Amino acid sequence: MNDPIITINGLNKTYEGGFQALTHIDLAIQRGEIFALLGPNGAGKTTLISVVCGLVNPTAGHVLVDGFDNITHYRQARERIGLVPQELTNEAFETVWNTVSFSRGLFGKAPNPAHIEKVLKSLALWDKRNNRLMTLSGGMKRRVLIAKALSHEPRILFLDEPTAGVDVELRREMWDVVRQLRDNGVTIILTTHYIEEAEEMADRIGVINRGELVLVEEKAALMSKLGSKQLTLNLHSPLTEIPANLQRFELSLAAEGFELIYTYDGSQEEDGHAISEFLTALEREGVTFKDLNTRQSSLEDIFVDLVKERA
Amino acid sequence: MNLHPVRAIYMAEMARTRRTLLQSIVSPVISTSLYFVVFGAAIGSRISEVNGVSYGAFIVPGLIMLMLLTQSVSNASFGIFFPKFSGSIYELLSAPISHLEIVIGYVGAAASKSILLGLIILATSNFFVPLEIAHPFWMLFFLVLTAVTFSLLGFIIGIWADGFDRLQLVPLLVITPLTFLGGSFYSIDMLPPFWQTITLANPVVYLVSGFRWSFYGISDVSLAASVGMITLFLVACLATIGWIFRTGYRLKP
Repeated sequence: MNDPIITINGLNKTYEGGFQALTHIDLAIQRGEIFALLGPNGAGKTTLISVVCGLVNPTAGHVLVDGFDNITHYRQARERIGLVPQELTNEAFETVWNTVSFSRGLFGKAPNPAHIEKVLKSLALWDKRNNRLMTLSGGMKRRVLIAKALSHEPRILFLDEPTAGVDVELRREMWDVVRQLRDNGVTIILTTHYIEEAEEMADRIGVINRGELVLVEEKAALMSKLGSKQLTLNLHSPLTEIPANLQRFELSLAAEGFELIYTYDGSQEEDGHAISEFLTALEREGVTFKDLNTRQSSLEDIFVDLVKERA
Repeated sequence: MNLHPVRAIYMAEMARTRRTLLQSIVSPVISTSLYFVVFGAAIGSRISEVNGVSYGAFIVPGLIMLMLLTQSVSNASFGIFFPKFSGSIYELLSAPISHLEIVIGYVGAAASKSILLGLIILATSNFFVPLEIAHPFWMLFFLVLTAVTFSLLGFIIGIWADGFDRLQLVPLLVITPLTFLGGSFYSIDMLPPFWQTITLANPVVYLVSGFRWSFYGISDVSLAASVGMITLFLVACLATIGWIFRTGYRLKP
């Protein structure tokens, strides 16, 4: 799986006026994956996408798209990319068919009505092909933007906040469309500030905050962190160290020895073995407690911690 | 050069003209016809011939030039300003398309519209005054070159403008006064000597003079000066556009 389709090296962007939007970004996007770029508003997600797509000039660093530098070989790099912007921007008076066909031409491809038809049908826009864009609903307009981005058969699709302001039903539909594209071999990079979306869609997740890429991980690895649970016991008398017979459990002490924290894999916990085993061992050691609580960390916690840490 | 993107931009811009036929073709033709009626027929009949040409016929090249300049600038500026305004310019900037291809698409379409308009006005003027074109090749030369040059200027204005008011600023405050004072309605030797000298600083004088020469063989300045001036203007616009794309001015942060 070591075949990056996009390689970003040492990317910096400082806007005129001194605002540093991106700080030394290194990132490799694997061919055929769905990569979610997660971050709060203003973290630099859109700037990062914009640099890769050629909308913003980088201050330093470079981007390779399928081996082509996105500035010196912009034609080869850009023809591989489709971009769906965050804002619903389009020519209000154009028809769906015309605007999608225009995009194909703009990206240097010869007219191919059969392909446009296929794209429009896959996005449930075929019935609306002769409608003017201004007559469409917000969700439809977003689909038109996706259709425009797919009109030139790109191998990489950037979706900038694809489901921002989209209702739940449409969001699910959008996810289906994205999965279908991935199944057809398109690499997808989506930005989102909905953690749910990243969880639902992504193969890998990158967290960006204040222009820095603070974490890039397989979703599965993140989910196992997500799956971990903590049992905190408030002890009657403090412990100075973990008793030898309890060392096989993943334990830590807090609150000057008054709190014993047991971290266990919550996803394996359906039959309750880990906890009962631990509690039995605890009783055998004569450790008593007056209160307990358990908590499960979510991707959101991980995210909030990461973002707070850097603030 | 890839012709597909050029064609896509050109056709989309021409489609916009068809959608706005009233505004982009019919209204300039009507307003020019009004000039013919007022200046050519009503007032012109009381004005004696200018250098042996009836006043009605004398103003035809100037009127075509007036429309050519204002329409080229407004067509081209709107063409590139609107995607900037609506945000759809992201697509143009992320497309695998060279700067030259973008300019050919937009400026080519704007210039085509202006040339078409110029020819329609020329045909219309035939209803009002007897026309003769002494040098058809030179007439087309000035028509095409002026349309292209001022469409390039419009393209620059469209990129520079950050609001609709600024989009109108240059055509209203610069182009129109320069054209009115550029000898569209008079020969500059009708002016007092002092103003004759001042008026030579107006680039439009050279365009109108050259264009009028191609019709009637009479001119205020030499043909070489006219050709030189329009070429200079063309080069200046091309250089400015080159700089815009190199630096990303008002296009790429």
